[in-house]
Amino acid sequence: MQIFPFIIVVWIVAIGLYGIVTSRHLVHQIICLIVVQSSTYVLLLGVGYLNGGTAPYFFDIPLHTRVVDPVVQALALTDVVVEAAVTALLLSFAIQAHKRFGTLDPQELASLRG
Amino acid sequence: MTPAARRWVFLAGAVGLAAFYLFGLSGLPGFGHYPGPYGFIISRVAVPQTNATGVVSAVNFEYRGFDTVGEEFILFAAAAGMAVVLRQLRGEHEGPPVDEAADRDLPPGSEAVRMVALLFTGPIVLIGWWLASHAQANPSGGFQGGVVIATGFVLLYLSGEFRVFKRLSPADVTDAVEAVGAGGFVGTGLVAVALHLPYLQNFLPRGTVPGAVSSSGTIALISFFVGLEVTAAFIIVAGELLRQTLLVRGGER
Amino acid sequence: MTALASAFAPSAGLADALQVTLLLLVAAGATAVVLVRARVRQVLVLSVYGLLLALLFLAFQAPDVTLSELTVGSVLLPAVILLTLAKVRKREE
Repeated sequence: MQIFPFIIVVWIVAIGLYGIVTSRHLVHQIICLIVVQSSTYVLLLGVGYLNGGTAPYFFDIPLHTRVVDPVVQALALTDVVVEAAVTALLLSFAIQAHKRFGTLDPQELASLRG
Repeated sequence: MTPAARRWVFLAGAVGLAAFYLFGLSGLPGFGHYPGPYGFIISRVAVPQTNATGVVSAVNFEYRGFDTVGEEFILFAAAAGMAVVLRQLRGEHEGPPVDEAADRDLPPGSEAVRMVALLFTGPIVLIGWWLASHAQANPSGGFQGGVVIATGFVLLYLSGEFRVFKRLSPADVTDAVEAVGAGGFVGTGLVAVALHLPYLQNFLPRGTVPGAVSSSGTIALISFFVGLEVTAAFIIVAGELLRQTLLVRGGER
Repeated sequence: MTALASAFAPSAGLADALQVTLLLLVAAGATAVVLVRARVRQVLVLSVYGLLLALLFLAFQAPDVTLSELTVGSVLLPAVILLTLAKVRKREE
């Protein structure tokens, strides 16, 4: 249990990269990029977890309870929302690529010259 | 490079990457043994200093407020970038929103989906509004509230009322709301500068009850602006993509 | 929601078991998202993956991140991807 979440993080990165490398469709590649990004959220929260800690909100618990790290949660939270917008921007690039070149195969697109 | 060769090269690289990554991660103190010190310090001083019981939102909007300004502007730039990339090209014109292939055999639309989507739109927008304006108490904040309200708008589209979606989110109103959200955040920081404090310093009076709406200074205000901005950004994103499905190339049908 | 999060950790052993199960499910979900090649089915698997991630974040005592990931990963991202697919499909027909 000491290192198990990190093994899962490495697995998610590897399988996401496999999807990106062997993809034949730009939208599939973008979805695999989403998977790789999700591994960073798991890593961030895994780093900040404290055994026996609870969520860092002191509305209904006394002030000196053991809580998990709030800083990494703040980072992961803004991360999730912002990456969604950036993914939407990537999808708009895919739409324009399809309009100009007629194909969404990354291996064909790589050999085109604008 | 053939696909099979590509796969083998990737496998070799991936094994190396995984080994290196695991070696790096094993140097961490182990899952569950967080050593601190920042997490411990923040959870000890956040409530006395800011009177906000939601420590994550206090970190987001006060202790690391400058970071959050940057992230919010990534969102702003992504929405603006989409509007630029998906602009109407020469030779395209926007067709009317009628069903072109009306004779294709659609699976029958589910009345249950329509009804549930319409029923839940109101409560979802209300919940999102509550989330965006109560950042300092519970697990809530501008980012979560904003995406929940945007989900309410997407539900409108999913329930089949595309025209209502377009009418309820006219382009100039959404753009104005997004600008108010982004500018409001920066403006709050600049008001602090005008009062001879560092940029984004919490300058509003802190009340006495931890967790009340008025008690955390600028945290609730900033979170509200962030909520406005995130909502508008996602509505712009969805609206741009919806508009794309209406654009028709000149001469094609 | 804090009560919900703390209900996920009644005792150390149970919390550990829950986290291990959810981590394995997330790994399986990621594999499924990558290996499914049919377009629309992949988007639906992505939506389920978002839900699994949200549950994992709840087990990690992070309700804020759960809220964000739930709406973004299960509704907004799949909706945006489906709209893109509709746009490119329309030209392919």
